[in-house]
Amino acid sequence: MTITDMTALQLAEAIRAGRTTAVEAAEAMLANIEAKDKKYNCYVTVDAEGALTQAREVQARIEAGELDGALAGVPVAIKDNMCTAGLLTTCSSKILYNFVPTYTAEAVRNLQRAGAVILGKTNMDEFAMGSTTETSAYGATRNPRNPEHVPGGSSGGSAAAVAAEECFFALGSDTGGSIRQPAAYCGTVGMKPTYGTVSRYGLIAYGSSLDQIGPLTKDVADCAAVLEIIASHDAKDSTSIERQDTDFTSVLTDDVRGMRIGVPNDYFGDGLDGEVKEAVLAAAKTLEEKGAVVERFDLSLVEYAIPTYYTIAAAEASSNLERFDGIKYGYRTGEYEGLHNMYRKSRSEGFGAEVKRRIMLGSFVLSSGYYDAYYLKALRVKALIKRAFDDAFARYDVILGPVAPTTAPRLGESLADPIKMYLGDIYTIAVNLAGLPAISLPCGMDGNGLPIGLQLIGDCFQEKKLIQTAYTYEKARGAFPAAAGEVE
Amino acid sequence: MAREYETVIGLEVHVELATKTKIFCGCSTAFGAAPNTQICPVCTGMPGSLPVLNRQVLEYAIAVGLATDCEITRYAKFDRKNYFYPDNPQNYQISQLYLPICRNGGVEIETAEGGVKRVGIHEIHMEEDAGKLLHDDWEDCSLVDYNRSGVPLIEIVSEPDMRSAEEVIAYLEKLRLIIQYLGASDCKLQEGSMRADVNLSVREAGAAEFGTRTEMKNLNSFKAISRAIEGERERQIDLLEAGEKVVQETRRWDDTKGESYAMRSKEDAQDYRYFPDPDLVPIVVSDEMLEEIRARQPEFRTEKMKRYREEFGIPDYDIEIITGFKRMADIFEAATAICGQPKKVSNWLMGETLRLMKEREVEAEDLRFSPENLAKLIALTDARVINSSVAKEVFEVMFEENVDPEKYVEEKGLRTVSDEGALRRTVEEVIAANPQSVEDYRNGKEKAIGFLVGQTMKAMKGKADPAAVNRMLKELL
Repeated sequence: MTITDMTALQLAEAIRAGRTTAVEAAEAMLANIEAKDKKYNCYVTVDAEGALTQAREVQARIEAGELDGALAGVPVAIKDNMCTAGLLTTCSSKILYNFVPTYTAEAVRNLQRAGAVILGKTNMDEFAMGSTTETSAYGATRNPRNPEHVPGGSSGGSAAAVAAEECFFALGSDTGGSIRQPAAYCGTVGMKPTYGTVSRYGLIAYGSSLDQIGPLTKDVADCAAVLEIIASHDAKDSTSIERQDTDFTSVLTDDVRGMRIGVPNDYFGDGLDGEVKEAVLAAAKTLEEKGAVVERFDLSLVEYAIPTYYTIAAAEASSNLERFDGIKYGYRTGEYEGLHNMYRKSRSEGFGAEVKRRIMLGSFVLSSGYYDAYYLKALRVKALIKRAFDDAFARYDVILGPVAPTTAPRLGESLADPIKMYLGDIYTIAVNLAGLPAISLPCGMDGNGLPIGLQLIGDCFQEKKLIQTAYTYEKARGAFPAAAGEVE
Repeated sequence: MAREYETVIGLEVHVELATKTKIFCGCSTAFGAAPNTQICPVCTGMPGSLPVLNRQVLEYAIAVGLATDCEITRYAKFDRKNYFYPDNPQNYQISQLYLPICRNGGVEIETAEGGVKRVGIHEIHMEEDAGKLLHDDWEDCSLVDYNRSGVPLIEIVSEPDMRSAEEVIAYLEKLRLIIQYLGASDCKLQEGSMRADVNLSVREAGAAEFGTRTEMKNLNSFKAISRAIEGERERQIDLLEAGEKVVQETRRWDDTKGESYAMRSKEDAQDYRYFPDPDLVPIVVSDEMLEEIRARQPEFRTEKMKRYREEFGIPDYDIEIITGFKRMADIFEAATAICGQPKKVSNWLMGETLRLMKEREVEAEDLRFSPENLAKLIALTDARVINSSVAKEVFEVMFEENVDPEKYVEEKGLRTVSDEGALRRTVEEVIAANPQSVEDYRNGKEKAIGFLVGQTMKAMKGKADPAAVNRMLKELL
């Protein structure tokens, strides 16, 4: 086993035991990035010098006995929508091509305090709007499982970097599936925590009421360890929640006896790929064999999740993205006549097509005369969807289903038909609307060798049940093959 | 015969709250700092920054609501008002539209006829102020100062219940006094900590429907408000008399020219696309919080007047003036507490203080002398250390610089001369130098003695006790 094959927890253990150092780990990852990233384009910015400096400092503190956390010395990649002081933060948009924040996102600071080493910033769909990482202004990211396919999105750079072993783990953000879906496409583990568990301070907002930061990791144990570190109550985020139950690694036990698992019929209807269906149902069977009580049920309202989500997320985005106007930072058009012409040209030139589409959609649903018909109605449906989940969680500990209807599509297939792309979010977005936690982990491969993702959804604050179930499944499944990763 | 018109006026009053820090971040609200020195990622709208409500803003808003007979909204929210302008760093203002913190209140004002009238308050909402744009003519560019960005405001929206400039001023004075008594703001129109926009329409007397209204901005003093109301009333009546229509629009008042001009009409009114701000959680006002704020409410003017009458025995007229200004009432109570002489404190406020305020155009809120120093001055005159005209002189200096009168009297040597011999010598000199007046007095012209007293005081540079001079003159004559 080479150093880069290790999980984050294994690496940290090896560093603590003196078998390797944080510096060696960072150097090995930087070498991998150097070798592979031209092909996969996982990163927008690689901070090689900064990473080595951090690694030396962290190593010294580990040796001095000042740092002994579960992830001390482990190199990490950060999605490029989280602010990092002194390090370019672009949201994969031209409009922030030169934006260097003066502050660091709280979730990233939590990692830094724990001794993680930041390698750089990962590619994403522009402002997290997209499901393929093709809307990035800095080129598409390719799926390390098969470079002709997309890695999913919007946290495609983070998922691909984990799969390609260009980092030991990564942070992503999930507004409608943006962690879970790329994790599924790339064959990694990804988790979206309960809304309010991880501070949003420093996360450049897309849909503020839906956005949540979470881990992308090689396995469930790493996922629990990362979440344990990034979860914190933050007075700088009004929507942050104070939780006492964030010792997520305490439930890494191989046991699901008595766990009540509901399998919604609604998630296995039309549009679901046969191989995906088969793999997910096989996973349910595995858990049943391990002692879980598995039952089919009707969740209802699933078909309303997509229009509801695109109304709310676009509305919030249209307002959140107003601050990008070419005045204070970021891209400003070269020539303009007067203030409003400057606004119009800077924004027209600075934003990509998908972002503009959602800004227009969001502006429309909030405009006078349409607010009640669209935005307010969407909020009501959102409340109904939450109630449907409440009913389900009265009976089940965990809801099990697919992450996405298919495996990763080929590059260039999705953007031509945005509606089809939006429909691909059908199994993930209701979770964001209801503020729930959900985890995605690999449960098989399709005929083309592309990974299939299993999604486990929990009630608010029930991450532990998800982690325990996922961990048990992972043990039963056995090692998941790593991405081939040969580089010409 | 000319038609008779009725003016219908409603006000939108913005009040800057006197919190130490801004509404959604920890930056200072202090006025007058160098540009962009009181800013942070939150109040400059940097990406990824998030607002967190300053609790003091909520408490002040609720306190003002309680004092103006409003219903307090127990489940309130902030909304975003979206519009692009460089003084607004996020390009949306965080305000309240759908669930404002206070609703359905009102205050009572006195009308010109001596009656009492209630002016309804439609709502009070909390919001953030914008930055300030400065145009640099030399460089031909505009610069933004974000120090004011995020300074907390409340907007008090009245019902269209006022019918004249006098009622508007009475309403504003009432609001200002309530807010000053609460300590929620200093409410200075000139400095912009209180700003009023006037919504005005006219209709034929007796008409049931309101006319088309205009909104007038940039009103920086009560005088400007009065003039703008008169001007706008006339402008609208002229239009109607000429058979034209009033256009619904926002107008800007130019007080030096005494006229207004249109800023924007309803047609180019923007769609602000208001929606609840997802970065802020709903505000739930608990019973406990409401009771705490209620219990902390200060004594307002009506109760204060009643108490002054019972406690201090000063004339009603004095009470009315003194309680009409928070700062004056504060000085009165504190000085009285020290010297125990309400009548004398009141005399200083009603006499010299009002005279100097008028002469030097000083607002009551800007009175500088401390109650401690006023009490000392009263003690000095009581003890006859200085006479009353010296006291007035000292008070003028106190009024400007808040000097300690004890030190000042010593430093300037203003003590009354108590040396009998010196007084007698001066009086003798004055008698010798003014034979005509002496003659007049002896011939029964009592008034002549006044002149002689004056001459003696002058010779002693004012530092004599006039009563003692009088006594001495009579004795020697």
